[in-house]
Amino acid sequence: MRDVVVIGAGMTRFGESWDKSIKDIFVEAALGAISDAGVDHIDSLYVGAMSPGLFVGQEHLGAVMADYLGVTPVPATHVESACASGGAAFRQAYLEVASGASEIVLAGGVEKMTDGADVTEVLATAADQEYEVYNGITFPGLYALIARAHMERYGTTREQLAAVAVKNHRNGAKNSNAQFRREVSAEQVMNSTMVADPLRLLDCSPVSDGAAAVIVASMDVAKAMKKNAVRVLASAQASDTIALHGRKDPTTLGSVVTAARKAYQMADKKPSDINFAEVHDCFTIAEIVVTEDLGFFEKGKGGEAAASGATSIECKKIPVNTSGGLKSKGHPVGATGIAQIIELYEQLSGKSGARQVAGARIGLAQNMGGSGASCVIHILEGK
Amino acid sequence: MITARYHREIPQRYRLEAGKCSGCGGVCFPPRLVCPSCGGRKFGTVKLSEEGKLITYTVVRVASDKFSKETPFAVGIVELNDGVRITTQLADVAPDELKTGRKVRMVFRKIQEDGKAGILCYGYKAIVI
Repeated sequence: MRDVVVIGAGMTRFGESWDKSIKDIFVEAALGAISDAGVDHIDSLYVGAMSPGLFVGQEHLGAVMADYLGVTPVPATHVESACASGGAAFRQAYLEVASGASEIVLAGGVEKMTDGADVTEVLATAADQEYEVYNGITFPGLYALIARAHMERYGTTREQLAAVAVKNHRNGAKNSNAQFRREVSAEQVMNSTMVADPLRLLDCSPVSDGAAAVIVASMDVAKAMKKNAVRVLASAQASDTIALHGRKDPTTLGSVVTAARKAYQMADKKPSDINFAEVHDCFTIAEIVVTEDLGFFEKGKGGEAAASGATSIECKKIPVNTSGGLKSKGHPVGATGIAQIIELYEQLSGKSGARQVAGARIGLAQNMGGSGASCVIHILEGK
Repeated sequence: MITARYHREIPQRYRLEAGKCSGCGGVCFPPRLVCPSCGGRKFGTVKLSEEGKLITYTVVRVASDKFSKETPFAVGIVELNDGVRITTQLADVAPDELKTGRKVRMVFRKIQEDGKAGILCYGYKAIVI
């Protein structure tokens, strides 16, 4: 397959956008990406979104967005893989360009979560409806099951969980597109409202509206346009049992392990070659488990690593979630995977300002759905 | 929910019926058409063990609207004595009495009320023994 690059990005600020519809925010992000890339057309369009049908009563989102973006009759497809929808949409765009079928593809993601739906119920559709959700479990509940198992098995502490939220808020405070541009203290995290023991409100990513889009193109197009291009070194995806209880060990996410192995192989890189990563911290425990399963830290040491500062921007080990992550930047579920790619694109283009990782050349984005039943990983390389 | 969709889950939810793969002997709960271990497609019906132990648990304090009147309630993953794991509520127990590894028994209970009419929906919960 041929070389594929990202040549432009656009996103809305994440948060509560009461005055804007799902179409408004998607079009805003898409126009931003098209303008940033400087392209005069796109060959096709992918829209990652978890559940526009339940959140705003609108399906057929590919055509909706092609229409409102004014790009009909290009092919336009809605991609759904729960909270990994954005990453999966990017992967479809990557594959379409890599295969030679298209030259310029827009990969976007969007979610409008504040239009009145029972958000807890909608998000729970990413789990097994009949054998998990029927019995009352929620998403914070599922990650709480993982958290307790991890704490009991590896000695991960409440303070270590809090360290993830504190670090991500510190990063998000420097991101003008973040929902929560403020720092929080470990005490605030540990005294916040209990949601599902041991996870508290400030262990959880928020309910958000937002959209993000990137322009994916062939290297040939980027060269002809003399564009700043960030190359996609690897695109990998894996699945696992839909129910958390279907796995032998709740402290590890098999889809992350598998997708990571494939991505490292495709990129011909090791975990130690990655300069920084955006990972799916839907809950603080998720960042700890994922940084272990990606091979950045030994299994069971992710909590210790987070508390030691090994994942901070300043640290030379592996800065994680420089954007603020889902925790602070916000988590409009379908937009998240694309927003991660945008953070990689900006970091690798040296455009991250106060959040810039010095000398960043290779970045990894890990996006997952449900309690890890889907995982999409991309590795990007700058100049 | 009190429809065909509810009705077809009754053998599993009311009686813990599972599929036992004729090829490898693996037990699937709920029953499936394809064995995830060996790819086999022939199954017999078996009843799951009613006793097991708690693998991990949480106390849900913020639930979806459907369960909001029930909070706080405990939910856990239980490994039954035949090795099958299920997600289940933990009934008749104070949260601070819960501990990983505790022995539990599955019992038949009301799980939720459906819709405005409040039609009762049943299934299994675990009690500590």
